[in-house]
Amino acid sequence: MVVTSSKELDTYLSDFELFEKNGATKGPSWIHQIRKAAISRFSELGFPTTRLEEWKYTNVAPIAKTRFKRAECEVNGLMAEALARATLGESACAQLVFVNGHFSRELSSLRSLPEGVKAGSLAAAWGSDPASIEPHLARHASYHDHAFVALNTAFMKDGAFVYVPKGQVVELPIHLLFFSTAPVGLAHERPGTAVVSYPRNLIVADDGSQAMIVESYVGVGTNVYLTNTVTEIVGGKNAVIDYYKLQRESEEAFHIATVQAHLDRSSNFSSHSIDLGGALVRNDLNATLDGEGIECTLDGLYMVTGRQHVDNHTRIDHVKPHCSSRELYKGLLDGKSRGVFNGKIYVHKAAQKTDAKQTNKNLLLSEGATINTKPQLEIYADDVKCTHGSTIGQLDQNAVFYLRSRGLDLATARNLLTYAFASEMVGRIKVEPVRAQIENLLVTRLQHGSRAEDTP
Amino acid sequence: MLEIRNLHAKVGNTEILRGIDLTVHAGEVHAVMGPNGSGKSTLAHVLAGRESYEVTAGEVIYEGKDLLKMPPEERAREGVFLAFQYPVEIPGVSTTYFLKAGVNAIRKHRGLEELDAIDFLAMVKEKMKLVEMDQALINRPLNEGFSGGEKKRNEIFQMGVLDPKLAILDETDSGLDIDALKIVANGVNAFRSPARAMLVITHYQRLLNYIIPDYVHVIFDGRIVKSGGKALALELEEKGYDWLKAEVEVAQPTIA
Repeated sequence: MVVTSSKELDTYLSDFELFEKNGATKGPSWIHQIRKAAISRFSELGFPTTRLEEWKYTNVAPIAKTRFKRAECEVNGLMAEALARATLGESACAQLVFVNGHFSRELSSLRSLPEGVKAGSLAAAWGSDPASIEPHLARHASYHDHAFVALNTAFMKDGAFVYVPKGQVVELPIHLLFFSTAPVGLAHERPGTAVVSYPRNLIVADDGSQAMIVESYVGVGTNVYLTNTVTEIVGGKNAVIDYYKLQRESEEAFHIATVQAHLDRSSNFSSHSIDLGGALVRNDLNATLDGEGIECTLDGLYMVTGRQHVDNHTRIDHVKPHCSSRELYKGLLDGKSRGVFNGKIYVHKAAQKTDAKQTNKNLLLSEGATINTKPQLEIYADDVKCTHGSTIGQLDQNAVFYLRSRGLDLATARNLLTYAFASEMVGRIKVEPVRAQIENLLVTRLQHGSRAEDTP
Repeated sequence: MLEIRNLHAKVGNTEILRGIDLTVHAGEVHAVMGPNGSGKSTLAHVLAGRESYEVTAGEVIYEGKDLLKMPPEERAREGVFLAFQYPVEIPGVSTTYFLKAGVNAIRKHRGLEELDAIDFLAMVKEKMKLVEMDQALINRPLNEGFSGGEKKRNEIFQMGVLDPKLAILDETDSGLDIDALKIVANGVNAFRSPARAMLVITHYQRLLNYIIPDYVHVIFDGRIVKSGGKALALELEEKGYDWLKAEVEVAQPTIA
């Protein structure tokens, strides 16, 4: 049970004063107002405890107890290699690189953005182009009831801003790449070395436009740090947005992310959320279907081992009639890892003819792994089609025997079946280099897994 | 090639095999028949190494080696193949991908060089003809969405590719229409050779019109109660299993 002491909150409040003094006030005054409102809300909320239903299975005490320093932009020696592995290269039309939340112009590349498309630093844009930012920023991701969103909003300094104008189609993906390069050394050995970054992203796809956005979080080295990130996505009428979030933080890292999509009439939003890294991970993905005829697809894959903890909370708000949503999250849990899935579908009174389907499937690969899964439907309309379900299972022993009877050894058979379970989600990734990356990571992880298994 | 002596096996607390004796030589085809629940499929699975069956007594000598000591994959590598009655569907893995892993594990075990993609595909193409397999089918996820007939053809196709010495066909005929049955039987017949042996497990005599066995055995209540030539199958077809039951019950005291 977490009880946030006032001392822990005071650290953040005094850090906020410091943050404001050191230049945060240079930004436009409306940003300043939002930040102040957010920190004040955070001081009321405090860190969530496991007594709250939404945080029942995820204890953030390790985060509350750690003293984080706001991260500087530190480009260390490991960056080049990390960049080479994470880049989408020529396959992306733009790659924005952020180091500890700070935009790096040198590492970024904007190859060939179509006419009118903007992709760059959010901080630069709220200074130079407030008309594009002000109507959206902090209007969708609410800091009123989520402490981490409140903190992110209070300390937001930079992140990505992407704007796709009316009718424009961006065929190649836009890659937002977030590196964490915390100073080497474990925080508990050197107190005060843990750092935090607060990436803040805004993606606006205007009416009839189309875009693919890939958001990657990559840890460089093995350090304790916290990434507390918020992405707001706004889809106009008929807009098509294909969104990917790939989380590969380092194994000691905390990763808290909120993605809030607000969608207008006849738009099409698909999200692919992939979690492989991090020690303690919490994702909140919320989509508000605020128009008729919207199609929303939420895909997720989490693959954890050791003592990793990954929590996926999703919420789909069917606000208007005739929308359909499809959600499929799959989890692979090995070692003593722990997974949480909480998917809520909320059908508002006006949302007649809603067609919603939600599924969560889990494969437990060891006796020590745990999953808490909770699909939830809340329906206030009377003419809807909603289904939900979740499964938890082990590898099918029939299938293992079948493969062994063809000459495959036990470890190979298990790996093949595990891979097969995950491959459905990998197959749904439309961006080829992303798919290849994930596939490689999966295969590598499986090979390591089988070795670990041989040593009891 | 295969010598089964006094084999007993149970699942949980139920004894299913209660003393099987059977000798199979290279080049022979043995049909094993029997009513439902007699232990036919259990015998097949015990020979292939399924761990959910516990062998409580007896031994199985295969090519001079103790078969029961080997894990399932080693049996496969030594040349034992089981065509499943209910082949497993594995979404996400294509037949070719998994078969290549199997073929190379077996080849490695036999001291042969592993096949590269080109040689493997050439071999696969050859074997596909055996059971009129479609290329599209083997590129699809293993057995996923296959019809019953396609699954059984896939089993025989795999037998062709894996090149076993002892093939055990567990009710490969069940659920097949006559056309599919002929295709499967043709595949099996093409595979017969003086170096190989087959154990054809079936409930119905029909399959044996197409795969002519050298010997027919009848399992009842976990034991082989009658053995004979192919005429025995016809007799069973005609009279059903009931006459045999009566005969066994009368003879029971002397067998026991």
